[in-house]
Amino acid sequence: MELIFERSRPGRAARAQAPRGAPPAADDIPQRFRRRRRAPLPECSEPDVVRHYTRLSQRNFSIDTHFYPLGSCTMKHNPRAANRLAMLPGFLARHPLAPEDMSQGFLACLWELQEMLKEVTGMAAVSLTPAAGAQGEFAGVAMIRAYHRERGETERTEILVPDAAHGTNPATATMCGFTVREIPTDAEGDIDLAALREAVGPRTAGLMLTNPSTLGVFERRITEIAAIVHEAGGLLYYDGANLNAILGKVRPGDMGFDVVHVNLHKTFATPHGGGGPGAGPVGVSERLEPYLPVPMVAEEGGEYRWVTEAERPRTIGRLSAFAGNAGVLLRAYVYMRLLGREGMARVADHATLNANYLLARLREAGFTPAYPNRRASHEFIITLRREAKELGVTAMDFAKRLLDHGFHAPTTYFPLLVPECFLIEPTETESPETLDAFVEAMRAILEEARTRPEVVRTAPHTLPVRRLDEVRAARELDLVWRPQEGEAGGGAPASGDRERLGA
Amino acid sequence: MPFVPHTEDDVRRMLEAIGVDDVEALFDEIPEEIRLRRPLELPEALSEAEVTRLMMDRAERDGRPVCFAGAGAYDHHVPAAVWEIATRGELYTAYTPYQAEASQGTLQLLYEFQTMIAGLMAMEVANASLYDGASALAEAVLMAVRAGRRGGGRRVLLPRTVHPAYRRTVETIVSPQGIELVEIDYDRRRGVIDPGALPEAPEGLAALVVQQPNHFGCLEEADALTDWAHRHGALVIGVANPVAAAVLAPPGEWGEAGADIAAGEGQPLGVPLSSGGPYFGFLCARKRLVRQMPGRIVGRTVDAEGRTAYTLTLQAREQHIRRSKATSNICTNQGLMVTAATIHMALLGPDGLERVALASHARARELRAALAAVPGVEPLFPETPFFHEFPLRLPLPARDLLRALGAQNVLGGVPLAGDYPELGESLLVCATETRTPEDIAAYARHLERIVARQGLFRCPTRPGGGG
Repeated sequence: MELIFERSRPGRAARAQAPRGAPPAADDIPQRFRRRRRAPLPECSEPDVVRHYTRLSQRNFSIDTHFYPLGSCTMKHNPRAANRLAMLPGFLARHPLAPEDMSQGFLACLWELQEMLKEVTGMAAVSLTPAAGAQGEFAGVAMIRAYHRERGETERTEILVPDAAHGTNPATATMCGFTVREIPTDAEGDIDLAALREAVGPRTAGLMLTNPSTLGVFERRITEIAAIVHEAGGLLYYDGANLNAILGKVRPGDMGFDVVHVNLHKTFATPHGGGGPGAGPVGVSERLEPYLPVPMVAEEGGEYRWVTEAERPRTIGRLSAFAGNAGVLLRAYVYMRLLGREGMARVADHATLNANYLLARLREAGFTPAYPNRRASHEFIITLRREAKELGVTAMDFAKRLLDHGFHAPTTYFPLLVPECFLIEPTETESPETLDAFVEAMRAILEEARTRPEVVRTAPHTLPVRRLDEVRAARELDLVWRPQEGEAGGGAPASGDRERLGA
Repeated sequence: MPFVPHTEDDVRRMLEAIGVDDVEALFDEIPEEIRLRRPLELPEALSEAEVTRLMMDRAERDGRPVCFAGAGAYDHHVPAAVWEIATRGELYTAYTPYQAEASQGTLQLLYEFQTMIAGLMAMEVANASLYDGASALAEAVLMAVRAGRRGGGRRVLLPRTVHPAYRRTVETIVSPQGIELVEIDYDRRRGVIDPGALPEAPEGLAALVVQQPNHFGCLEEADALTDWAHRHGALVIGVANPVAAAVLAPPGEWGEAGADIAAGEGQPLGVPLSSGGPYFGFLCARKRLVRQMPGRIVGRTVDAEGRTAYTLTLQAREQHIRRSKATSNICTNQGLMVTAATIHMALLGPDGLERVALASHARARELRAALAAVPGVEPLFPETPFFHEFPLRLPLPARDLLRALGAQNVLGGVPLAGDYPELGESLLVCATETRTPEDIAAYARHLERIVARQGLFRCPTRPGGGG
């Protein structure tokens, strides 16, 4: 599809959008401060722009249009009420630095969300400010760092992560100045306890763990793991990318974790927006409470107020200019109020039911579970190693062919330790009919892989584009549009060049 | 129950297929001693109607004051089409575009965004967003240190004229990596860094940060500062307001060679004030620094049939590939906000954005003249060119003034004394194109009355005194 810049015509504009009348002169701003070359933005009418971006939207899969069994991403339905209510004019118009007496309605939502997250995670205190999961991880590991430093244990420079961990775990540890040590996983998908015992010691700052793990199984010896790490003087970090399988069933705090982050854009149904925004609140046990990032919200006698650096001198500090992704927090708040007390455990029940059902059906259809002796949690892994070897059709090929069947692909090639894997997470909001249709699609692709493998290897065939040349994308970097040879300037060239584009 | 489609019959049939008697059996791998055997202590579920009523009451409770506060969040008009389109389910509920063939809409949109923001900043490349302006600056600092020649410099000059919350965020994020942030003070009379009074360049200098307009709304001598830093072998990180950049020289045009990295807050481009977020941070750079950039980057390529197509590229920088050696841990960014900003920039175009910038500046000039006419109130840096906000010295405590103005449905600005005690009782005040002459007149009238009333009970404060 053409680019918005290619629709641009000099002198065209959406006039209603900008201030009326002749632009005022900024004659008090000396020339040396002024822009020399006009910003190269496109010149379009409102109908042009509306049609262009509406059509672009139609070149996307989305949860509103497609099933997204994307493991570890929790693509559940995003309730419309949450969006509408977070976008009420009063919330949108509120300036982040408005005084507290003009912010009580907003602060009440935040404080109640803090309290609800405390209860759901079983932690002593929560800060809502991290803007996404990775920032929540940063906050968590920075708190672990602050804790050890305050105790004078500066030799604790190592963070342990399982080899199946999300890439953000080791990346976060590095950002916080730690070195990373990987712990292997055993054949049943649990952490290798002997290797863990071997690894812990006076250099251990902490262990980062997801439970249920990214292998889609519950880490059964979690209390033992917690004891090993704690006895070595380390702390336990819970990567709560996803609580879907454990809501109301078991809590990170009760498992012995010292710090947890929660991805609200997963468990609590806020939209992914094509890559964000998310929100990654952090919860902590009592010993880490002084280090929580600011701002937080406090309540006294029905009045709400901000808690900032001034009264929390040991805080790790601030992670963004204001209070994080407030609008995402409001959406999660609405979702939690709609679910209520009983609704939480029902999420876990149905997410787990759907995952185990889909696993059983895929197994019946001839696919191989990576951990056949284990229950699925909210997600599970199948490995297409045999299909790749015998039929020459890889997990990537299956993934691309699923797109032709109208299903978004599951997470592929993650975790790295299971070859040719699909990490599949159906979530609780899908009906059994959808799951059955997915199984039928997988069955059909498997049949095709046996009879017409070329069709699978070259999929997709029905989308706006075929497979992409990724190598060229990385080698011949084209990251911003430039006009073709012969055209002058950009979409909106400096005024001197304008005549030449006139035709 | 909300959002779960299963009938009782569904559940029965599914359990049968799995081969268990009840749902509880699916949790049998969780050790009993850690199971939660009581209901969560949470409120009971509300219906959609009930939660709507609750949220409407709360949203209304906070009122909708006429906003003269800025300090990093600006009340510009957002065209109706922006969020009408951005909240279409196909954009709003899409995942990160890892499956390129199923995400060409989002990917092309991000490529258009990168083009627009890089053009606006007069830089060569851009990423697809970071969390907000403050965290974008932190990432820019890390990037500058990584890019440092001969791997030496770990010192970064971070002037006091940079937004205080940005400085604190940078400190939180970069200090674990042993980067030293060095403060530079400002000229008390002019509210900007004096390029003539810069310290000896410290050893191991990696970068200088310059915010334009700075936190006081004043215009820094960006050309001289950029040339100074380059002379001392340091990179320049420009923190720019993207609306102001339609009129003011963008970082890429500073000095002889231009800044090396531009970072900032994208909120003024189509994102409502919304209590501070979600906004989005942008990050642009010279092409030679692209491999040091954090976050997602979209590239244009071709598909198997030679058709133009878009994909996430240079992923070998990122955490899901490079793990502990990634340029950053960032994964989820602010995709939807960038979607809105792209539509916003396309609607306004170069002329519209320039008009918004010029009108904001004109309203701010009118506002400053009107407020400074109130006895006892005076601009702090009257001689320095400014864009759309400015600090005022007050004859009464800023908090008292804000409370009194709040009673008149006016949000009068943001107090400065907490971060700049040397300025005494002072207020940072802003006007955008959305403030009308009537709004401005009303603010001046209320201010005059409040100050006069204050005079009855307090010794008059001599203008310019105290502080």
